[in-house]
Amino acid sequence: MKKGLFIFVLTLLFIILSYSVMQMPALGSVDNPAYNATTRYYLDNSTTEAGAQNVIAAIITDYRAFDTLGETTVLFTSIAAVLSVLASLGHHKKEENHG
Amino acid sequence: MNDFLIDLANHINYIAAIALFVIGLYTVLTHSNLLKKVIGINIMETAVFLFFVSIGFVNNGNSPIIDLGDLGKIYINPVPSSLILTGIVVAVSITAYSLSLIIRLYQAYGTMDLDEILAMRSEVNHD
Amino acid sequence: MDDLIVKVISRIVIPFMIVYGIYIILFGHISPGGGFSGGAILGAAMVLYTLSFSADVAMKKFPHSVSMKLESGGIWLYIFIGLIGIFTADSFLSNQQGGFYIGNAGDLISAGMIPILTVGIGIKVASTMITLFHTIIEEEGHE
Repeated sequence: MKKGLFIFVLTLLFIILSYSVMQMPALGSVDNPAYNATTRYYLDNSTTEAGAQNVIAAIITDYRAFDTLGETTVLFTSIAAVLSVLASLGHHKKEENHG
Repeated sequence: MNDFLIDLANHINYIAAIALFVIGLYTVLTHSNLLKKVIGINIMETAVFLFFVSIGFVNNGNSPIIDLGDLGKIYINPVPSSLILTGIVVAVSITAYSLSLIIRLYQAYGTMDLDEILAMRSEVNHD
Repeated sequence: MDDLIVKVISRIVIPFMIVYGIYIILFGHISPGGGFSGGAILGAAMVLYTLSFSADVAMKKFPHSVSMKLESGGIWLYIFIGLIGIFTADSFLSNQQGGFYIGNAGDLISAGMIPILTVGIGIKVASTMITLFHTIIEEEGHE
């Protein structure tokens, strides 16, 4: 009973979402709104201003380098969180063995 | 009917992304094992990445490594790919943290099943 | 696990994996790749070493003090290169106006501060992968 209700609601969600996705422009056409003047500027001036052949490396380390700094902070925060949860286990067991 | 099939073939990446999203959501809602819920969240994140990167595709386009000998090639849109690099790192961090929380829960309650954990907690509250 | 065939084949394969990871990090501005994928390959080489030999041997080779320094060293390198831009030009993290050397496109030594930042990101991602793996498989009562 519960599984049938889940399947019915999820099929309804799938049909509504795919109907609204069909209104987007076709896959691969050049006239979608994401291919605008910013992209043309990055593709034209990447070898002269940044001196790099790889356009994506020039974008993430030169034009938008501040976002990459935020992302390395996210990596550092995740390792701090995992160590703070799991490192206290060894200490508890050692105290129980000695006492 | 022919027009509908041609329309479907033009948007096949986006519909595949939505299908993956619904499959991930079904996995999170139905299984009661905590590890399977974490994998369902990972499948939903992969669906969002596929949807976002498919926006930048251009027909007959090459990879965005600029060829110095042949100026005049068409390249795909590099901006959505570079935005998703940050998103992938955030997804890995969330998976690592939730796995460490599952290890702690297993050592506190002795089981990885969500229904049994809730039953144990409601017993303790009633006492 | 203690298997002889796995140990012998790992000893042959791991140097090639490390050289491949360093190649992808260093050539990040010429060919596809960059900091994140190169760092993941270096981390995977150390995880293979931990799996084929025992976890104690690998934790002695890569102790907690070394991984702490590498982890913060990556971010310090990034911030230091960014602060150079404040003293010579106007803004944080500027490439051509900050006075870095931009040669011809296609050489190895070119593109200003891009290779330096890529090396910093690669070291940081590799250290994160190794530390996560060692923390999660550590058994209780272990030193």
